[in-house]
Amino acid sequence: MEKKENELPTEFKTLSIWDREYKTNFTKKFEKRKPYIAVDPLKVYSFLPGTIQKIIVKEGQQVKKGEPMLILESMKMMNIVCVPIDGKVKSINVKVGDNIPKNHLIIEFE
Amino acid sequence: MALEKKILELQKRRELASMGGGEKAIEKQVAMGKLTARDRINAILDIDSFHEYDMFVQHDARDFGMDKKELHGDGVITGTGTFNGKPISIFAQDFTVVGGSLGRMHAGKITKIMDHALKMRMPLIGINDSGGARIQEGVNSLAGYGEIFFRNTLNSGVIPQISVILGPCAGGAVYSPALTDFVFVVDNISKMFITGPEVIKSVLGEEISQEDLGGARVHAEITGNAHFFAKSEIECFEQIIKLLSFVPWHNGVKSTKIETKEPRSEYKIDNIIPDDPKMPYDVRDIIRAIVDDSDFLEIQELWAANAVIGFGRINGETVGFVANQPLVLAGVLDVDSSDKIARFIRYCDAFNIPLVTLVDLPGYLPGIDQEHAGVIRHGAKILYSYSEATVPKVSIILRKAYGGGYIAMNSRHLRADFVFAWPGAEIAVMGPEGAANIIFRKEISEAADPEAMRKEKVKEYSEKFANPFVAASKGYIDSVIEPLETRKYIMHAIEVSENKDAGMPRKKHGIPPF
Repeated sequence: MEKKENELPTEFKTLSIWDREYKTNFTKKFEKRKPYIAVDPLKVYSFLPGTIQKIIVKEGQQVKKGEPMLILESMKMMNIVCVPIDGKVKSINVKVGDNIPKNHLIIEFE
Repeated sequence: MALEKKILELQKRRELASMGGGEKAIEKQVAMGKLTARDRINAILDIDSFHEYDMFVQHDARDFGMDKKELHGDGVITGTGTFNGKPISIFAQDFTVVGGSLGRMHAGKITKIMDHALKMRMPLIGINDSGGARIQEGVNSLAGYGEIFFRNTLNSGVIPQISVILGPCAGGAVYSPALTDFVFVVDNISKMFITGPEVIKSVLGEEISQEDLGGARVHAEITGNAHFFAKSEIECFEQIIKLLSFVPWHNGVKSTKIETKEPRSEYKIDNIIPDDPKMPYDVRDIIRAIVDDSDFLEIQELWAANAVIGFGRINGETVGFVANQPLVLAGVLDVDSSDKIARFIRYCDAFNIPLVTLVDLPGYLPGIDQEHAGVIRHGAKILYSYSEATVPKVSIILRKAYGGGYIAMNSRHLRADFVFAWPGAEIAVMGPEGAANIIFRKEISEAADPEAMRKEKVKEYSEKFANPFVAASKGYIDSVIEPLETRKYIMHAIEVSENKDAGMPRKKHGIPPF
């Protein structure tokens, strides 16, 4: 009657909670969880996939927080992406016409 | 004589209508591994019990050449029948008729049978197999969906509502199943999504197959939208029949009592939990060692498997089981398992099904992803659901019950009616290792041999707190029982709760942390 998949596996993973190491199995979701990366205000990543329509700033340029820096076409909209901090453009990692995925590093500041 | 002729005419009309979209379309349906809408209905209901209504309903669309099209039954079959002799209502979308697309009359047939189901207090089964809105009918089609969603909500908690996804179910159509109690999916046949792969590709440039986006496995394992996953339609119908054998017919009655049977002898309740508190076991074996005939129907088996929910019987009557599963993620509570447990508690509470909770958990799962995914809000759902539930509530603490997890898992403090603990139960704010490291931090760090001191202090804490008698001394636990006495104690607890009146305050409704 019992299905094979319900049988206990012999090898377990270890999950440590409050200094006790439990032997158990992991879910796919738990195994695939991404490590947390702290937000770096000097790096701008794409929040949507899309096409770079226009780049307003230049490398080496001094910029002020809130200035428009490029236009990303996504979700059938022209999204104006603004400068997040006062600073200098260190590098631009895209060119006009580039089709970029989500979480792609677009611009670095210093 | 004239009547005979008219009867012949009726038979001809019936025959034509029952062919749906015609032979070719039926052949195509069968080639996809799918049954026809009528065969699906007959596979669930008692033999020859189905009575169809609105067979001759016709759509009234006039635009885009629709006035020249005759659509049999307007793409959906509705009616009533019996299940184990009890009344039941059902609709099945017919993909062979313009892809089972939903127009005004199609939706009208569905809402009519839904109204019947509510009025007659009988369960409703909806078989979904539809390309979506009938675009030629414009806003009439959207109105139809809205009328269905409204009735799903109205019926919720009054009659059981079951959705069976046996084909595409996309766009707005997905929200009717989402509002019902149980969703059944079949591998390679069910497809559910709000926006399909084509739209995602055109808007976001991301490519994905229908199966990977919203196939049966996705909803059974990742989203939790589906409650039952089957490999074929036949297996799916068996699951539906099994579920219907457990659920009460409406919120004014209890489940149908059947003859009670002792659990099967191969499940030895005192021999399942390992001696080492760090080692796992399958909590479903404990449930099988408790319920009648060891017959346990698990719900959402593949999603958030660190919690187990499902139906069994005790003394011949349906009981809802909630349990931590040490076999998966050590049985922790997290975002998904909280969601899963909380909704199940509300189902049982709505339909007069007593709840039995088996507790063995190290607490909530620590993690940045969990905190950011809202484990506070989701975890609170369990507290809310248990506190609000007025059906008989029994808890058995099998092994560990630490911290917030102890409170959440139907503790005395949330008004469990009976809390029992096995002799090996440990009830504390956290496990002995963590507690000793905090309480005796100074002693440990200042000792000549910190490791030896740590071990000693862990042992000291274990002996003092890692037992059920501290909680029992305060009356938080009603009885410490032997594992072999578990079934007897649960049976008696449910028996004496027969006329329970929880005396909840009057209100329109509460505001659960949705």
